[in-house]
Amino acid sequence: MTELLQLIVNGLVEGSIYALGAAGISLVFGPLRIVNFAQGDYLTFGAFAAVLANVDWRLNMVFSTAFALLATAALAVAIEFVLWRPMRKRGAKTMSLFITSIGLAFILRASILFAFGSGEREYRVNVFQSYSIGGIRISEPQLISLVVALSAIVATALLLARTSFGRAIRAIADNVDLASVAGVDVDRMVVSIWVLVGILAGLCGVLAGLIQSSFDANLGFHLLLPLFAAVIIGGIGSPYGALLGGLALGLIEEVSTWSGFLGGVNPIWKPAIAFSVLVAVLLWRPQGLLGRARTL
Amino acid sequence: MSQLLNLEFWSLVGAVSGIYAIFSIGLQLQFGFTGLLNFGHVASMAIGAYTMAILVVKEHVPLWGASLIAIAAGMLFGAALSLPTLRLRADYFAIATIAISETVRYVALNEQALTGGALGTSNLAGPTQVAEYNTDWVSFQASVQSWLHDVVGGYAGSDFAMLVIVWVVVLLCLLVLTPVVHSPWGRVLRAIREDEDAAAALGKRVAMYKLQSLSIGAGFGAIAGLLYAFEFQFFSPDDFDPLTTFYAWLIVLIAGAARIWAVPLGALIFGLIFSGTRFFNFKPFTYLDAAQLAYLRMIVIGAILIALMAWRPQGLFGKREEMVLE
Repeated sequence: MTELLQLIVNGLVEGSIYALGAAGISLVFGPLRIVNFAQGDYLTFGAFAAVLANVDWRLNMVFSTAFALLATAALAVAIEFVLWRPMRKRGAKTMSLFITSIGLAFILRASILFAFGSGEREYRVNVFQSYSIGGIRISEPQLISLVVALSAIVATALLLARTSFGRAIRAIADNVDLASVAGVDVDRMVVSIWVLVGILAGLCGVLAGLIQSSFDANLGFHLLLPLFAAVIIGGIGSPYGALLGGLALGLIEEVSTWSGFLGGVNPIWKPAIAFSVLVAVLLWRPQGLLGRARTL
Repeated sequence: MSQLLNLEFWSLVGAVSGIYAIFSIGLQLQFGFTGLLNFGHVASMAIGAYTMAILVVKEHVPLWGASLIAIAAGMLFGAALSLPTLRLRADYFAIATIAISETVRYVALNEQALTGGALGTSNLAGPTQVAEYNTDWVSFQASVQSWLHDVVGGYAGSDFAMLVIVWVVVLLCLLVLTPVVHSPWGRVLRAIREDEDAAAALGKRVAMYKLQSLSIGAGFGAIAGLLYAFEFQFFSPDDFDPLTTFYAWLIVLIAGAARIWAVPLGALIFGLIFSGTRFFNFKPFTYLDAAQLAYLRMIVIGAILIALMAWRPQGLFGKREEMVLE
């Protein structure tokens, strides 16, 4: 039983990070119809911005994280102006935007490699401090990550549900022209969406780097496919679904290794588990848990 | 600069471009004709290469027999791929296929007993033995080389022989595929690409055609995988990461949808981009080391993808009337 609880805690740590990243992908797909393949590299950018502040500038982890969020948001907004907005003006549709985002992913990752090299990096934190509650062990980075990520998930859900900003996002996601007629300033809203997406991506990257203790420039790319899986599990274009899908995927990945579950899956298969869940969901409920059937 | 005149080097670049051309011909059939966004095409290459190597090393199947079985395995994989994915909308299909190709790579990485794991094919027969799958190929290549030697003289090194073999295969693939895509079957594929519902309304079994297209495309992928295995004499799961699929996408997008004879041209352009950064041996590039030049190459490839999407979504050699990516 302790083993299962331990796996559930691990799954929540992993899943809450997935949730943040997946929400970012979903927020961009809904209103802008961009399947953002570069999202993983936004995460990497955030993680390395925090390395710059934490290791090179010797700032503490809180300020470093804040810096990383601002930097990633600035990057996301800058890319909106130099890339996405001109592409939309040219009338680019989902598929060419998809391939554009692959090109962008190459450029971002290579630029990060240029700046930081291909070696493993780590934050100046104590990864060996850990706590034990009723036999369940959780390291300090895991605990911090869990608390921060869950708070961010709740804040994002409230932002979308309760504020006029959230309503405007959902309006654009539903129908851009209609939202525009109803008085939503679409261009300004799109910039705000990218700020939110940048903050979520930056936070997701920093936390992923924190719990992995050391990481390289492929950090975000390795997270990308599980994130897409989480988005699809939740229902593409539904940010709440993505939050839920991320948590669910993290839990499934960890609990599948439980020895009480058919002897447990070897942990090396965790990524393959994520993809199998993805394919299973596509077969059984292609619109996702919270998606609407008509989007397919 | 001496490399600029080095025949062996250019033979290698040409042979690799040819292998990518065959690989991309498969994707062209799937995407350019049928409109399927296969982002996991590299899996067919992996299955072709691994099936052959495993059969030769572990089961002592003769090379040619193993190669034929490998191509069949690739086609079977393509057909199987269609079962869980064909009902999906294009963007879901893309993500599902890339996930499946990554799963194939994870299997190759983790099923050490079957594939040799991360150490690649040198570990196929277990850690104590050096495994070689290409003994028969080396002697075949040597006989081609000696025949070429009689024809063109001293230029014919073993790299040159490989170059000739690869491009003969490219030519054969194109000659086989050209009448096929101009047949009624090929026209149905294009009809499906343009409007699936209309094709279905005419009584065409859309899923069956897509399955055939995926399967044949994967067959070309498997052939490319075989030649890849022969060219480099060793491979490991990392050779089949998603990047390889995106190289094929770059080639097909340069060629333009449904332009099969432009695919080799796209592949040569890709080969030049890929090897071209080697010749950046003048300022300011001399300040960069080899790894940084590789990053520069990635930036160039990314920029070309974006530029194609912005200015020529129909491809460098494509026609706007044929298809513009939506």
